[in-house]
Amino acid sequence: MPKNPDIKKVLVLGSGPIVIGQAAEFDYAGTQACRSLKEEGIEVVLLNSNPATIMTDKDIADHVYIEPLTVEVVEQLILKEQPDSVLPTLGGQAGLNLAMELEERGFLKEHKVRLIGTTSETIKKAEDRLEFKSTMEKIGEPVAASLVVETVEDGLAFTNQIGYPVVLRPAYTLGGSGGGIAHNQEELEEILANGLRLSRVGQVLVERCIAGWKEIEYEVMRDGAGNCITVCNMENIDPVGVHTGDSIVVAPSQTLGDKEYQMLRTSALNIISELNITGGCNVQYALHPESFEYCVIEVNPRVSRSSALASKATGYPIARVAAKIAIGYTLDEIPNAITGQTFASFEPMLDYCVVKLPRLPFDKFISAKRTLTTQMKATGEVMSICDSFEGALMKAIRSLEQHVDSLLSYDFSQLSREELIKKLAIVDDRRIWLIAEAVRKGISYEEIHEITKIDIWFIDKIAILTEMEEALRTQKLTSELLKEAKRMEFPDAVIARLTGKTEDQIRSMRYGEGITAAYKMVDTCAAEFAASTPYYYSVFGSENEAVKTEGRKKVLVLGSGPIRIGQGIEFDFCSVHCTWAFAKEGYETIIVNNNPETVSTDFDIADKLYFEPLTPEDVESIVNLEHPDGAVVQFGGQTAIKLTEALMKMGVPILGTSAENVDAAEDRELFDQILEECEIPRPKGHTVYTAEEAKRAARELGYPVLVRPSYVLGGQGMQIAIGDEDVEEFIGIINRIAQEHPILVDKYLQGKEIEVDAVCDGEDILIPGIMEHIERAGIHSGDSISVYPAKSISHKVKATIEEYTRRLARSLHVIGLINIQFIAVDEEVYVIEVNPRSSRTVPYISKVTGIPIVPLAAKVILDHKLRDLGYTPGLQPEADYYAVKMPVFSFEKIRGADISLGPEMKSTGECLGIAGTFHEALYKAFLGAGIRLPKHKNMIITVRNEDKEEAVELAKHFEALGYRIYATKGTARALLEADVSVRLTRKLEQESPNILDLILGHKIDLVIDTPSQGVEHSHDGFVIRRNAIETGVNVLTAIDTAKALLTSLEHTDSEALTLIDIAKI
Amino acid sequence: MKAFLILEDGHVFTGTSIGASGEVISEIVFNTSMTGYLEVLTDPSYAGQAVTMTYPLIGNYGICSSDMESKRPWVDGLIVRELSRLPSNFRSETTIQQFLTEHGIPGIAGIDTRALTRILRESGTMNGMITTEEDFSLPEVLPRIKAYRAGRVVERVTCQEAYTLPGEGFRVALLDLGAKQNISRSLHQRGCQVTVYPAATSAQEILSVHPDGIMLSNGPGDPKECVSIIEEIKTLYQTDIPIFAICLGHQLLALATGADTYKLKYGHRGGNHPVRDLETGNVYISSQNHGYAVDAKSLDPSVAVPAFENVNDRTNEGLRYVGKNIFTVQFHPEACPGPQDSGYLFDRFLKMMEVKKHA
Repeated sequence: MPKNPDIKKVLVLGSGPIVIGQAAEFDYAGTQACRSLKEEGIEVVLLNSNPATIMTDKDIADHVYIEPLTVEVVEQLILKEQPDSVLPTLGGQAGLNLAMELEERGFLKEHKVRLIGTTSETIKKAEDRLEFKSTMEKIGEPVAASLVVETVEDGLAFTNQIGYPVVLRPAYTLGGSGGGIAHNQEELEEILANGLRLSRVGQVLVERCIAGWKEIEYEVMRDGAGNCITVCNMENIDPVGVHTGDSIVVAPSQTLGDKEYQMLRTSALNIISELNITGGCNVQYALHPESFEYCVIEVNPRVSRSSALASKATGYPIARVAAKIAIGYTLDEIPNAITGQTFASFEPMLDYCVVKLPRLPFDKFISAKRTLTTQMKATGEVMSICDSFEGALMKAIRSLEQHVDSLLSYDFSQLSREELIKKLAIVDDRRIWLIAEAVRKGISYEEIHEITKIDIWFIDKIAILTEMEEALRTQKLTSELLKEAKRMEFPDAVIARLTGKTEDQIRSMRYGEGITAAYKMVDTCAAEFAASTPYYYSVFGSENEAVKTEGRKKVLVLGSGPIRIGQGIEFDFCSVHCTWAFAKEGYETIIVNNNPETVSTDFDIADKLYFEPLTPEDVESIVNLEHPDGAVVQFGGQTAIKLTEALMKMGVPILGTSAENVDAAEDRELFDQILEECEIPRPKGHTVYTAEEAKRAARELGYPVLVRPSYVLGGQGMQIAIGDEDVEEFIGIINRIAQEHPILVDKYLQGKEIEVDAVCDGEDILIPGIMEHIERAGIHSGDSISVYPAKSISHKVKATIEEYTRRLARSLHVIGLINIQFIAVDEEVYVIEVNPRSSRTVPYISKVTGIPIVPLAAKVILDHKLRDLGYTPGLQPEADYYAVKMPVFSFEKIRGADISLGPEMKSTGECLGIAGTFHEALYKAFLGAGIRLPKHKNMIITVRNEDKEEAVELAKHFEALGYRIYATKGTARALLEADVSVRLTRKLEQESPNILDLILGHKIDLVIDTPSQGVEHSHDGFVIRRNAIETGVNVLTAIDTAKALLTSLEHTDSEALTLIDIAKI
Repeated sequence: MKAFLILEDGHVFTGTSIGASGEVISEIVFNTSMTGYLEVLTDPSYAGQAVTMTYPLIGNYGICSSDMESKRPWVDGLIVRELSRLPSNFRSETTIQQFLTEHGIPGIAGIDTRALTRILRESGTMNGMITTEEDFSLPEVLPRIKAYRAGRVVERVTCQEAYTLPGEGFRVALLDLGAKQNISRSLHQRGCQVTVYPAATSAQEILSVHPDGIMLSNGPGDPKECVSIIEEIKTLYQTDIPIFAICLGHQLLALATGADTYKLKYGHRGGNHPVRDLETGNVYISSQNHGYAVDAKSLDPSVAVPAFENVNDRTNEGLRYVGKNIFTVQFHPEACPGPQDSGYLFDRFLKMMEVKKHA
């Protein structure tokens, strides 16, 4: 069946801001799909509220709308752009939910717009618990005994029938939000009530617990003619009970025989056929470990995180093929882009082993529970490829960038056998390290398996790694032993530690013996056909297939690794654009990265892709083969920056700003010197090493002070201290996260926080625009609402900022990008941070100003001058519209995490509001972040003393908008004194009904709770905020954010939003 | 113990010996299936060949004897990247190491199987030797390796005596040219009474019991060597009894009716090959294991027309015989290992027998 000629203009729905459970994988899928449609001559209209994505570039779609993902906006957009079709299956759950709403409202029918890629019947059959169950029953596919309930009572009654434990799965939520396993009535009531609230349709599935069974996934594709294939199957090392997003996953399955493999494969094909899916689909199974019994857990009738992983694991571009199927092609008509000689209607065969590890955010949320459940908590993931499981696991571990490089990295050696056994029962992110220790202590495989239910095949593999540790520790390091250790991917540094040698000695020994990494190709076909796409992974002890290409100049682009809080998809945006820009300049481009969710690891972005860990040793092996003419590190976040020194040692020139100057910006003393020379003030501060020095510095500066480690991401470990005990506590925490660098103590200034990104060609600078933060200094810039153009600073301040930027860029000899954060206190401007590299705001400012600063930076790195590129240097004229970047959080996913904002970044993503007026832009941004008010017009205000005055003003306005205000004693008194009518509510520790009952009563729209600074001494605020978040109440923890929300509520008529095509900027 | 794989073109791979020790010369082929190594080892079509598994981790789920496709392994040797030291599966009875040793099958592990596969892909299937003899001399062994020809493999693998699987339904005569057990099982499960005949059985003997249908099985080797069997098949073709043939059976029927076969450069062995049903246009993922193919250009369109083709390389994957109750496929609808997508072909065969019976 060829392409449907009636499809000419397609609206593609994106997935919105990055939250836990819906992350970068949808940018990857959406970008691939848009490109796939465009190459067919289809006009693509794109809607996504997330400005950090590549899919929202004007190169990717013809019309780009970065607008809130609400059904009203979609309808308005359809009326404006008149597409003939809507493609929702690449926008994750968000996209599917929108499609369902559109269909339910009859809008698509009315306007003769077709839904492609899926149908509402398909979505319903797959996603509605009841319909799914009856569909599975109809085709004889087993599902666990279950019942959809809409009340807690029904859930209790059913569970009493089938017995505890039960799994609870709310319908239509992302990443298993609100789900969990209940072992008793108390847990059941709690999780069920929460799940019912979070479900879009108020339904939760109560299900027989099959925890401990093997969890197996199949990625399947089907076309409109009914042809089906399996792209990949995957086995979760963590059995059923841990969300697949948080599981260690291996592809293909390792412990299934052909009988089991084919049984589930046939089942998956039956399901995709019955659901009448046209495109990609993910089916998750629980397989009984000791029989052929299985249950279908879940079906995702769309591309997903698992399909992104499967695409990268096999080389089969699922999203690209799904888009082609959506416009009418059949699988056997779509060429396999990797081999160039086969078609999409074949099943990839792997001749290697793939391991995925989740990147969990517990380094950011120190107070959060580390346990892993059916509620996903990972913000990102890493993938590795090797020809053995041991090698793939070792590579994945060091790709995490969490100070881990082997199974020795978490030290559990002090634990006794009994303690280990006890701990093994707790499922958390350190379990494989714990198992390794259990093996070292001689606990039997059977015993470990009995507790963890992890298959003994995997336990044995962990044991093989611990045996190698022991061999390295106790035996003479012969060439044979070294070869074997490298085949298992032991890094030189680990071998050095275990053998008591230095890393250099190990490296020389390796080179002397010719033990070097070879590269193999991911070719979808296990070498059966010659492949034309250079997508490589390393192995030791094998033939090298990667050919060093000659002719063109070569650039190495270092990616940014796994998505984590503080280093998100923005850096992938930068890496990809940098790659494209170098390609345009005639360079051969080589990307090194390990994140399966991103666009940069798509096989057709760079000329060559090395899917490898981003450590000096791994990069060196690539450099030894490719001999690049230079490397760019300024686009890949801290991950790439950290490799600078190592690259220089390898003799690879760093393109753009030199390493010394990057260091100068991070080194306090050098930086102070530069500021002095440039005559730029900064808040006073000191560099210290111990808690004693820190306290001395703080007293000299006067509290409050900012305490933070140098060389950090996203303000990790940064805190505001208001007294000596805070300093002591913070230094303790900082030292726990393995700091080799000094600690900075600065005077904390409260003023307007301003941020700029600029391009510098060595002489001139170009500032696309100045961004102003809504929240006062003290809240991490990534968590602040950012407004372009800056609206409340004077011309003089703007001119000062421009001048300071120029001086700093020149002084640091910046070639490429620089990001500077300022604080403006009245007319005084202070510099607080300088990063001579790309930043989180680069995609946002590029899109809203229409100035492509990453390609510009790449060009100046290659010696072009801004003036020659057609730009007038300096601060560019301001746009005649406003663009507001709003942080988005995933607090409801991380039990126990404190949601109050501060100097440490906590947001997982962002969305944009863009409009002709500031108020509308702000309104759109709040809407995009999911804050839709009013509902009940009830709110709670509870603020710290310093904020009481401002809280009164706020309250008056909310009152005028018709809000009923509740407050606890202190705040209530302040409000009453100012004649605001307020209802007093009891504090947490007081008897019921108190503030908690109010929150749990589901009648509150909004909580404004500003926590006191410093280490919080009362636990109340924490409990209130957690409960509010978990009840789905909007919580604001900064007065400025609350003011902004108020402004937007006061000024916007929600019916009439103006939609702006970013591609026309 | 060290082991070596020596290819006829002079390539030498050094690895570790698995299974039996000693020396074996065979034709070296590769299979891309990620699961199903036991089915591969016991598939009689591999007689005269040593198999490289392209998936690097073999033996993970041990040996489950009920997965055997015949009573013993037929491969001459097994070549793998890594054998699992600890199999894990609830059905596993023993390790693959033990299994190979018991059956006297030599093998080699620890070699770069991808590099080997690339050589076979580029240069085509070739002979090779697996040996544990460290002091081999290339000038001595290469001529011996080159001289190797499998020969008479069907005779080796076929059953010695006819036997019957009881059933109440259609009576099917299955000519065992090296049949995988799942062929008779697939028919038996559909209620058929299946009588399995040795390959040398005459057409007359088969026809004497008036079967409702005749099934020609898969099998090893060059189809053109099966001269006398082809003669008997000519007789079977002359009757109006429905015939369904798989793999070698498909090739022999084509040869019996005047078409030609040829050797593929490196064959199709794996579980991921797409085949297109030329009548409906539908594509199925099939299990494949063949080194020879029917030359579609040699077909007399008044005798047989292509019914299936390989989507990748357009080679012939099946024939429909004009005016006859006969269809044949090159791939393996009985799967084991591999996808079960084309199992419906057995139903089609049953349908043919039914139509014939009521005609």
